[in-house]
Amino acid sequence: MKSSVITFPGSNCDRDMDVALKKFGFKNKMVWHADAELPKSDLVVLPGGFSYGDYLRCGSMASKSKIMQSVINFANSGGMVMGICNGFQILVETGLVPGVLLRNKYLEFICKNVFVKINNKQNKYFKSVNNEVLEFHIAHNEGNYFCTQDQLKEIEDNNQIAINYCDENGKIEDQFNPNGSIKNIAGIFNKEKNVLGMMPHPERMIDTSLSGEDGSLFFKNLIKNLK
Amino acid sequence: MIVNEQVAVDHGLKKDEYAKICKLLKRTPNITELGIFSAMWNEHCSYKSSRLHLKKLPTKGKKVIQGPGENAGVIDIEDNDAIVFKIESHNHPSFIEPYQGAATGVGGIMRDVFTMGARPIANLNSIHFGSPQHKKTKNLLRGVVHGIGGYGNCMGVPTIAGQTSFDSSYNGNILVNAMTLGLVKKNKIFYSKAAGLNKPVIYVGSKTGRDGIHGASMASASFDEKIEEKKPTVQVGDPFTEKLLLEACLELMAGDSIIAIQDMGAAGLTSSSIEMASKGKLGIEINLNKVPCREAKMTPYEIMLSESQERMLIVLENGKEEQAKKIFDKWNLDFAVIGKTTKSKKIELYFDEEKVADIPVNTLVENSPMYDRKWKKTKLPKKNKIKKEDIKYLKIIDVLKKILANPNICSKEWIWQQYDHTVMGDTIQKPGGDAGVVRVHGTDKAVAASVDSSAVYCWAHPLTGGKQVVCESFRNLVSVGAKPIAITNCLNFGSPENEENMGEFVECVQGIGEASEYLKFPVVSGNVSFYNQTKDEGIKPTPTIGGVGLIKDYKNMITMDFKEVDNLVLVIGKTEGHIDQSLFSRTILDEKNGPPPEVNLF
Repeated sequence: MKSSVITFPGSNCDRDMDVALKKFGFKNKMVWHADAELPKSDLVVLPGGFSYGDYLRCGSMASKSKIMQSVINFANSGGMVMGICNGFQILVETGLVPGVLLRNKYLEFICKNVFVKINNKQNKYFKSVNNEVLEFHIAHNEGNYFCTQDQLKEIEDNNQIAINYCDENGKIEDQFNPNGSIKNIAGIFNKEKNVLGMMPHPERMIDTSLSGEDGSLFFKNLIKNLK
Repeated sequence: MIVNEQVAVDHGLKKDEYAKICKLLKRTPNITELGIFSAMWNEHCSYKSSRLHLKKLPTKGKKVIQGPGENAGVIDIEDNDAIVFKIESHNHPSFIEPYQGAATGVGGIMRDVFTMGARPIANLNSIHFGSPQHKKTKNLLRGVVHGIGGYGNCMGVPTIAGQTSFDSSYNGNILVNAMTLGLVKKNKIFYSKAAGLNKPVIYVGSKTGRDGIHGASMASASFDEKIEEKKPTVQVGDPFTEKLLLEACLELMAGDSIIAIQDMGAAGLTSSSIEMASKGKLGIEINLNKVPCREAKMTPYEIMLSESQERMLIVLENGKEEQAKKIFDKWNLDFAVIGKTTKSKKIELYFDEEKVADIPVNTLVENSPMYDRKWKKTKLPKKNKIKKEDIKYLKIIDVLKKILANPNICSKEWIWQQYDHTVMGDTIQKPGGDAGVVRVHGTDKAVAASVDSSAVYCWAHPLTGGKQVVCESFRNLVSVGAKPIAITNCLNFGSPENEENMGEFVECVQGIGEASEYLKFPVVSGNVSFYNQTKDEGIKPTPTIGGVGLIKDYKNMITMDFKEVDNLVLVIGKTEGHIDQSLFSRTILDEKNGPPPEVNLF
């Protein structure tokens, strides 16, 4: 399986993603934001970080980079595109997924482990993951997902919510919401479910010595589903 | 502007120092030259009150590749890997403007590390505030924590450990000490010593603005009620540009075109160009019209003294300019050939085709003032006799609750959760333990680091306190299973012109020296911050020690949490019942005097 990770000026989880993808069998290429063409890929990843220093609005300038036109075309033709953290912020700025990401409710950067419940497994990202709940890791300042009531209805009608913040037993309540996201949303799909944007970093959960191993589960499953 | 004694005094120079400048130059300096002297001769850059004493610290060891004197210290961690590390203070700016002060402190120390060719792999910090009840504390704490996070998180370097304390002696002078560790191949370490004649001198990074002019001089003076007016001397940080600068520099460093490289930190272009020339025993010629400026009509004086952040000075091999420029263009950074190395052993500056400064380098460096300040020895205080009736009515559980709730003891999770501590995917021991631990990427090795200080002990008896901090650092590294290798120190004190404060400095340094000598735990880098005082009131002496150790196989790392029910709990070492200067004695019995616990190195 071939994957591509885009490096924007200010990306800082690009290497971590490269390490994770390779660990689970992807042949990964790093792609520079100013390039026009995407290499042939089965998966494109927009990594975490602070593209363009988060100046103007998180993800806004990166969404206009040269490479992004190819990424958008790739996604619109059904290609798998995953945006993590800042990558998710870039995705909402392109309009590939609906909604926006506001500043965290308590106005602080948060770095910690969280639990998320998988809401929809009818897609290549989560199909045949045995667990209902995964322990993931977040590190962000602007992860407070917001959208209009109409958009929310559409998102729910199309079953576009990917994961919600919850407790270890999968209970989705306000107290387990780290950033104030509407409906505890931690990640969403586009309508077709080939594009996924999420705040948690699975690439930081690929080793028992690190924060945990549920990221390994995610990547192992992902490459299996893509084959 | 005409330069005279009063202008020199306004620049923070003493009258006799001004006389010395005139004598060395055999003429009156012009204003640009005076600015350069004041920047190089202030306490922050010249170490004029501390040099004499710092010489006594042990700085050598089998694992030491580079000791003090470079941008940072370097130690050997085997297999051609080395760790570059240093701690630095940003106290004065952080008190004036907490967010930017703390942010640029973090930015500055990271630059010191990647200037040497190392990719930063971990940040630590030691921050000290006034009493939690003091009206300024809350804002300062919030600003500093946001500033540290704002810069470090954006750079994508994990903040793996730290220390936060509160004491009313910091009410008018907070402390912000930032430490960075970087990883480099032993054969790819870069130094700041210029070499070769007519080599191009290159300016890269951000443009030069009017921010931070005289920042280093500000950091060499005490505060008074007009402190708010000093806000423009605080630098403004741009972590995004620094991230680009990091990547661009490391890309250029992969090749062989760099002869010397130096970051523009305190005193900006002045200290960086002079340090490179001085170490290389060369001269340097700069055309200031070539320096990329952010604002129009900047004068030579302003260009030389600006402390705009995220800038580097590089001496390149001839003919490598185009190749280097391509890299900086790719990262959208300024790149300008601004001068060349010369054999004159002078710093010669040109602006609008006129020579605006002409100073022999040695007058700025070797001939800078060095003082043997008067200092007072601190006697070991007498032990307090605790009377039975004082403790008779205390319930252990109540005491324990009070102590655990003390701001200096309670969990700081709410602080370190605001720092990205897991980016780079190698943090195997998070903040909250004895030391932070990161793996050496792609190997079985891991590096442990800890920052420690104990101002109360140092205040009660500086010699014992100095020893104690080094020992504590040593123990913290051992506690996670690491073999301690070396330390960096950040020496935060009051005014060196006050005999008591100077005495605290001298004796703390002596204590640090004795302990690090005995433990074979040498000092490889560091910084001194004097004048941490408002009016005549100095802080408690606060030397901060940053210790680094190696774990050969990270699977052998030890964590502090209790693992299972029924495990035995052991205490190693003798519990002597020393109670003076303990948190119990100070907060429960309200007894502030007495000696700190004795340190037995043997």
